[in-house]
Amino acid sequence: MEGIIDKLLNQIQKLGQFGLERLQALGRAGVFLFASIPWGGPGSAGFKDLIKQIYSIGVRSLSIILVAGFFVGMVLGLQGYTILSDFGSEAALGTMVSLTLLRELGPVVTALLFAGRAGSALTAEIGLMKATEQISAMEMMGVDPLKRIITPRLWAGFIAMPILALLFSLVGIWGGAYVGINMLGVDEGAYWGNMQASVEFYDDVIKGLIKSLVFGLVVTWIAVYQGFDSMPTSEGISKATTQTVVVASLAVLGLDFVLTAIMLGSI
Amino acid sequence: MRTRLMELAVGAFMVMGIIALVLMALRVSGISTSEVGDKYTIKAYFENLGGLTERAKVSMSGVTIGRVTNVYLDTEDYVAVVEMEITSGMSTLTTDTSAAILTAGLLGEKYIGLTVGADDEYLEEGGVIEDTQSALVLEELIGQFLFNKAEE
Repeated sequence: MEGIIDKLLNQIQKLGQFGLERLQALGRAGVFLFASIPWGGPGSAGFKDLIKQIYSIGVRSLSIILVAGFFVGMVLGLQGYTILSDFGSEAALGTMVSLTLLRELGPVVTALLFAGRAGSALTAEIGLMKATEQISAMEMMGVDPLKRIITPRLWAGFIAMPILALLFSLVGIWGGAYVGINMLGVDEGAYWGNMQASVEFYDDVIKGLIKSLVFGLVVTWIAVYQGFDSMPTSEGISKATTQTVVVASLAVLGLDFVLTAIMLGSI
Repeated sequence: MRTRLMELAVGAFMVMGIIALVLMALRVSGISTSEVGDKYTIKAYFENLGGLTERAKVSMSGVTIGRVTNVYLDTEDYVAVVEMEITSGMSTLTTDTSAAILTAGLLGEKYIGLTVGADDEYLEEGGVIEDTQSALVLEELIGQFLFNKAEE
C-alpha cells in the first residue's frame, strides 16, 4: 500500500517538475526578448549588422520561397479549377487563388519554410557561438551579447518575413494565372477582374501582412532563444535545432488560428 | 567589396518587397487612382434587396460607375434604403433614372443596374431614384408559377 502511494507521489512530483521547467523556460524566453529590444536604437555598427542579417535570413531564403510560391499557386490553380468547373464558375478562379494565398497560405507557408530554412540556421549559429565560448568572451569584454548578437537577428526576421510572404503570394497568384489562363483556358479578363473586385487592400493584403509580421517575430524569437539556451555540446545544438523547427512550426499554426479568429472577428 | 554586394542584395530585396506591395494594391486588390476622385451619393428605396450588400457594384450598361456604400432599413415605411456613391464623371444621371437589382450569372453576386431616363434635370448629391425594381427572389417566382399552374 505504502509503495503504491509513494509511486503515485513520485509521478505527481515529476509532473510538477515538468510544468515548472516549461514555465521557467517561458519566463527566460520572455526576459530574453525584453532584454534584446534596442531601447536606445541601433548604432551605426548595429545597422551594418542588420543588413548582414537581412542578407543571410531574407535574401538567401528568396529562392526557396519563390519556387515554393510558384508551385503552390499552380497547384491552387489546378485544384480550384477542377472544383469550380463543377459549378460552372471557373471565372472565380482568380478570386479563390488570390484570397487563399493572401489570407492564409502566403503568411503560413512562408513562416513554415522560414523556420526550416532560416530558423534552424540561426539556432545552430548561436548554439555554436555558445559552445565555442564566443558569447562568454563577449561578456568578459563588457559587450552585451544580447544587444550585439540577438537584436539585429530579431529585427532582420521581423523585416524579412513580410517581404518574403508578399513575394510568395505574388508569385503564387502569377503561378495560378499561368496554369488557369494558359493551360486550362480560364478567361484572362475574368481571372484578374474578379480578383480585383473581391480582394480588398486593407482586409486581405494588410491583414495578411500583419500575420506575417507576427510570425516573423515569433519564429526568429524561438530560433535565437533555442540557440542561446542550448546545451553547449554537439548533442545540445542538434537538439536545439530540432526544437526550433518543431516549436516554431507549431507556434505558427496555433497563432494563425488565433490571429484569424481575431481578424475575422467572429469569435 | 563583399559588403557592397551584400548591401546591394539587401537593397534589391527590400525594393522587391515594396514593388510586391504596390502590385498587390494596384493589380490584385484593384485600388486605382481614378477611384480617389470626387463622388456624389444618391439613394434608392427597394421593396426587397435579396442579398445586395455594401460594396456591391453600381453599373450602367455593364460599366461600373459606382459602389453601394450603405444599406439599411427605413423604420417608418419599412423599405430597404440603398445609398450609393457615383463617380462624378457620371454627373448626368437624369432624375427619372431607374434602378434594378440584378444578378451576375445564375449564382453570382448582386449588383445594381441603372438605366437612364429622358428627363432634362439631373440627380444631385442626396438625390433619390424613384423608379426601382426589386431583386428577383427565386422562391416567390416558383410560388407564382405554381399558383398560375393551379389556376389553369
